[in-house]
Amino acid sequence: MARNIQSLERAAAMLRLLAGGERRLGLSDIASSLGLAKGTAHGILRTLQQEGFVEQDDASGRYQLGAELLRLGTTYLDVHELRARALVWTDDLARSSGESVYLGVLHQQGVLIVHHVFRPDDSRQVLEIGAMQPLHSTALGKVLSAYDPVAHSEALESERKAFTDRTVCDPDGFEHILDLTRARGYAADVEETWEGVAAVAAPIHDRRRMPVGAVGITGAVERLRRDGELRPELIAAVRDCARAVSRDLGAGRF
Amino acid sequence: MTDAHTAGPFIAAIDQGTTSSRCIVFDRDGRIVSVDQKEHEQIFPKPGWVEHDATEIWTNVQEVVAGAVEKAGITRDDIKAIGITNQRETTVLWDRNTGEPVHNAIVWQDTRTDALCRELGRNVGQDRFRRETGLPLASYFAGPKARWLLDNVDGLKERAEAGDILFGTMDTWVIWNLTGGTDGGRHVTDVTNASRTMLMNLHTMQWDERIAESIGVPAAMLPEIRSSAEVYGEIKGGRLGELLGGIPVASALGDQQAALFGQTCFAEGETKSTYGTGTFMVMNTGDKIINSYSGLLTTVGYQIGDQKPVYALEGSIAVTGSLVQWMRDQMGLISTAAEIETLALSVEDNGGAYFVPAFSGLFAPYWRSDARGVIAGLTRYVTKAHLARAVLEATAWQTREIADAMTKDSGVELAALKVDGGMTSNNLLMQTLSDFLDAPVVRPMVAETTCLGAAYAAGLAVGFWNSTDDLRANWRRAAEWTPRMDAETRDREYKSWLKAVERTMGWLEDEE
Repeated sequence: MARNIQSLERAAAMLRLLAGGERRLGLSDIASSLGLAKGTAHGILRTLQQEGFVEQDDASGRYQLGAELLRLGTTYLDVHELRARALVWTDDLARSSGESVYLGVLHQQGVLIVHHVFRPDDSRQVLEIGAMQPLHSTALGKVLSAYDPVAHSEALESERKAFTDRTVCDPDGFEHILDLTRARGYAADVEETWEGVAAVAAPIHDRRRMPVGAVGITGAVERLRRDGELRPELIAAVRDCARAVSRDLGAGRF
Repeated sequence: MTDAHTAGPFIAAIDQGTTSSRCIVFDRDGRIVSVDQKEHEQIFPKPGWVEHDATEIWTNVQEVVAGAVEKAGITRDDIKAIGITNQRETTVLWDRNTGEPVHNAIVWQDTRTDALCRELGRNVGQDRFRRETGLPLASYFAGPKARWLLDNVDGLKERAEAGDILFGTMDTWVIWNLTGGTDGGRHVTDVTNASRTMLMNLHTMQWDERIAESIGVPAAMLPEIRSSAEVYGEIKGGRLGELLGGIPVASALGDQQAALFGQTCFAEGETKSTYGTGTFMVMNTGDKIINSYSGLLTTVGYQIGDQKPVYALEGSIAVTGSLVQWMRDQMGLISTAAEIETLALSVEDNGGAYFVPAFSGLFAPYWRSDARGVIAGLTRYVTKAHLARAVLEATAWQTREIADAMTKDSGVELAALKVDGGMTSNNLLMQTLSDFLDAPVVRPMVAETTCLGAAYAAGLAVGFWNSTDDLRANWRRAAEWTPRMDAETRDREYKSWLKAVERTMGWLEDEE
């Protein structure tokens, strides 16, 4: 059996001690309660403080639980906040790629479309906000499965239906695609969900590098591919957009 | 794929706004190449008073123009023209010999001219000049603000009568400085800005001497009224003279009119609505000056060069985005503005609750200053989620009321509504809007319609774009919401809303 890591155990004990009531504790109280040398206790407290789990009162020098600890349990990114932040970047992606843009998040066993920008031609199009897409075959779904562990297990546990001859359904093949997605930083769907339709998507991360969604373009396979390959400038445009939205999320508070 | 904006030439647009000044460089497709922005100080000397330091604004304008050009990595040869859009009605007076403002600019929101406006109404009331100017006597407009300055700055009246003082809205101030200032700067304004002074006659498109005299503004200090899209002069002197000297200054449009232009509402009946803190809805009425009997403003939409002017009807809603902010900051029911949609979507409907945010009275089409806000239809069933729905529905119903007023005045049915502004990211609001209007709601691909409008007008003036058809071809639909609500439900809900509106009236007593 693997040995436990002593400093982590001590850090956990400190957090429990500080959580034991509405109180602030001094260094010597903490050290003596846990039977630690002051220097050892101080080192651990300083690390916890840097991570935001512990805060030190300026006046008294006493320690209390930090705001980051509260944030850990409660924060998630509101999908409508995600849409608001993505709006300008996704407009620009549609404009530069000439294709329609979708923004998706994990919802139950699939991808929920939370934002959709029309292809910039004059054709009649219907807003698809609120629609669901499969995790295992779409570019958005593959990105979420590759980066979000919850999406990954949902995709593995769900029935992976073959929509076309090209849909990858077996677990090994699917895992291989996810490895490839992580290595390249984007996922593709070339006629794996709909005949004649291709898509490229990339991950959106929040300020703590957590995957919060995926953004991608979808269009006719003839337009997205050239000489049998997805056009590299389209892939670059999708990844630029995903990075820009991620940057925007990192800049603000949520 | 139209990739990186390597290929010029470009058009620059200045947006001199209420809280900040911005400059955006656009390419021929109307795509944004670079942006620079700087906020300026809001000065509140007394309750109800709002001022800006016009010198600070001019410094910021120079900085953001230089900043945007630098970020785009281009030079004066790449820029074909520069256009201007601006906060409307904000008024500055300055000395033509020194270029120094004689006082801080008085901002459109400033209410210090309330009493003056009542006095100017004499026995006729606030519609005394409406037939000529299209506007009611209200504290927003520039003419009475200029009169206040003449009355309250020592010796100013004499200097003005001697011809040493110049009047301007922010377009005039920026253009005069851009084109050389004391060294031959052009003292001009455009028809849209002039239409917000209460001094211009909509029928002649010239200063109305009788009204100027009644308000007490000497004609000598007024700028020349020009079209919205023509070359007023060239950039000359100062910091920008070195960087961009010789570039034509080729458009001016008030911000809401610029948004109308940027949304390419060039045909009669086409309407745009900008959803921000408040909401401004403007309908193109073609060559018709429509007198409003429903409390809307009659104004100039735009005028391109020596073509005929295009008129517009305008209605504003005081509280829209700010109601969502109120739910966040004062009620604490949500932590970000976007969360209002999440909360509202957790229920199917408003649960019977209606929220009329008449925080400072009812505006168009009612104009009742004795009204105050009401949440009606409360039962124990109602949750905060139902109130979130009611908040979004309030914006949609108020839009419907203005749309109805526009139809009543103009006889033109709203075929579709073009929307822009921050609240267009709220999908539920946009769908509700379409449901309540029973018309499609369309969002364009360029969010910066105000700056784009100024760029378009400047580009037309110098032949960068050939016609409004070119500009229409640039317009791209990013999203469209179509009505899904059945007529019976809509009518029933509208009736309930109107009942709630009635409940707000007469709350304040002893109103004048």
